[in-house]
Amino acid sequence: MSNILLTTPAAPPVDAATRPTPRRSGRKIPGGGMLLGALVPVLLLALWWLVTEVTGTFTAIQLPAPQAVLSAGVGLFESGDLFEHMGISLQRVLIGFGIGAGLGLALGSLLGLSAIADKLLNPTVGAFRAVPSLAWVPLLLLWVGIGEDSKVILIAIGAFFPVFTAIHSALRHVDAQLVEAGRAFGFHGLRLLGTVQLPAVVPSVFSGLRLGLAQAWLFLVAAELLAAAEGLGFLLTESQNNGRTDRLLLAIVLLALLGKLTDTLLGVLERKALKTWA
Amino acid sequence: MISPASTLTPRSAAAPAEASSPLPETASPGRADYTSLDVELSGVGRVFGSRTVLRDVSLRVTPGEVLAILGSSGCGKSTLLRAVGGLDTGNTGEILINGSPVQRYDERTAVGFQEPRLLPWRSIHKNVSLGLPRSLSKAEGRERVDELLELVGLHDRAALRPREISGGMAQRASLARALARRPGVLLLDEPFGALDALTRLKMQDLLLDVHAQTGTTVLLVTHDVDEALQLADRVLLLGQDPADPDPAEGATIARLLSVPGQRPRDRASTELAALRGELFSGLGVDSHSR
Ligand SMILES: Nc1ncnc2c1ncn2[C@@H]1O[C@H](COP(=O)(O)OP(=O)(O)O)[C@@H](O)[C@H]1O
Ligand SMILES: [Mg+2]
Repeated sequence: MSNILLTTPAAPPVDAATRPTPRRSGRKIPGGGMLLGALVPVLLLALWWLVTEVTGTFTAIQLPAPQAVLSAGVGLFESGDLFEHMGISLQRVLIGFGIGAGLGLALGSLLGLSAIADKLLNPTVGAFRAVPSLAWVPLLLLWVGIGEDSKVILIAIGAFFPVFTAIHSALRHVDAQLVEAGRAFGFHGLRLLGTVQLPAVVPSVFSGLRLGLAQAWLFLVAAELLAAAEGLGFLLTESQNNGRTDRLLLAIVLLALLGKLTDTLLGVLERKALKTWA
Repeated sequence: MISPASTLTPRSAAAPAEASSPLPETASPGRADYTSLDVELSGVGRVFGSRTVLRDVSLRVTPGEVLAILGSSGCGKSTLLRAVGGLDTGNTGEILINGSPVQRYDERTAVGFQEPRLLPWRSIHKNVSLGLPRSLSKAEGRERVDELLELVGLHDRAALRPREISGGMAQRASLARALARRPGVLLLDEPFGALDALTRLKMQDLLLDVHAQTGTTVLLVTHDVDEALQLADRVLLLGQDPADPDPAEGATIARLLSVPGQRPRDRASTELAALRGELFSGLGVDSHSR
């Protein structure tokens, strides 16, 4: 999942009408797709080992051997720094994502359901969305300072927009015929919301949440690269400055693992929700 | 596709005059719980923007009657039906159900739409229970939904999702949902329009069956002349009044015909053929009648 750091994932469909299609049922491979999926990473690892340990094409500064990265991890683990960096990064992402996604859900629901709120607020939200989020950094540092708050706020900004956009546009596109049928059978207000509108947007909301989570990790690294004394982003800059390429690679691997882990947890929730609602 | 066939066999349908009196012993035990209400339209009209779609529609639908509403596409059939159900409130004139004005989304009515409009994430059983009145307890509700699913022949599909059943079954589920509140007036907007010919005939029989068991007043919008003649006590043709030499914009009652004979009717009877010809010519179509 290291692609979180390099690319912004393409926007998933946010239209409520689009429902996930059943998984392609490919031909069954004995041992499952897991083995096949692991093939390329294993080959890459072997290649990495080959060009560092065996042929010596790269120096340890350019590209340290896999074992060096592993022992860098063991070293950091023994000093207790490893979990400290991981813990603080994870904490920042979870708090920032929680705040950003929560606000995104709230504001997106409000604007998606109320035509008046939409007319009143959507141009403003659109204007803020047009600002590349990292452009807020200098202002945040000036107003909030270098502490935890500014990092969490930046991550929240990153997580907010995908979630807001997903639920807002999904609610605006809920099948009007279903809503009318709901009304015709005596549903209105919150009961209508809970019976028809919210279930209809569950798939889009989860796409938005996953996108928001990926953005949260992206903005975490940005925040920690810019100003931090701990965390995986800090480990990246520090290692770069010390010429500790082994630790640098370790930080990248850890970011990938944590990103993948949190995304998988959200994916489990998503599958549960889709089973009930889709 | 339709199963089981036995539930689709029409029982003897009551003629409108008898509809409000109890049916013979063969009727379902739930029959007594249904009330059929009258609908009175006086001078009903509807204007969208500057365009008059409906004007001057006045008639009384008697309790238990099946009234078919025919008309060319876009002439205002759905508009009229939506006004009776309180789905649209912009009409002029007066619509009374059982003597009192129609309310917004009137609870005394229930609508079966042209599309099934089932919630895709809910089972058929749960979709049908959407139509239940709030006053019912959970157990009563479940029991009623089970009865309705039995009535429309979907009891063995109760746990499936809408996408797992055919279009005809979805329409039957939609009909069951509409019946769940035991409406005094059942409003059906081309409910069988999107179905294939065979399924449609079976659905017509099912509707007769349902009407025989519930005796509810039915307003049925259709564009199918034969469907109207097969199902209705009277046929309301919307369009221009043929007696009016200088008709204004908008559709009104062009014809209001009583259909003779008890249901189910012989689709080939000569009496019906004459009515068919008249309705076709009212729709501006040459019926090629021999
Ligand atoms: N909400 C609306 N706003 C504007 N025009 C409408 C609306 N609903 C229906 N109409 C117009 O009224 C006319 C009659 O529509 P409708 O009652 O749906 O016809 P149909 O007889 O095919 O059911 C159509 O020309 C349609 O465009
Ligand atoms: Mg229509």
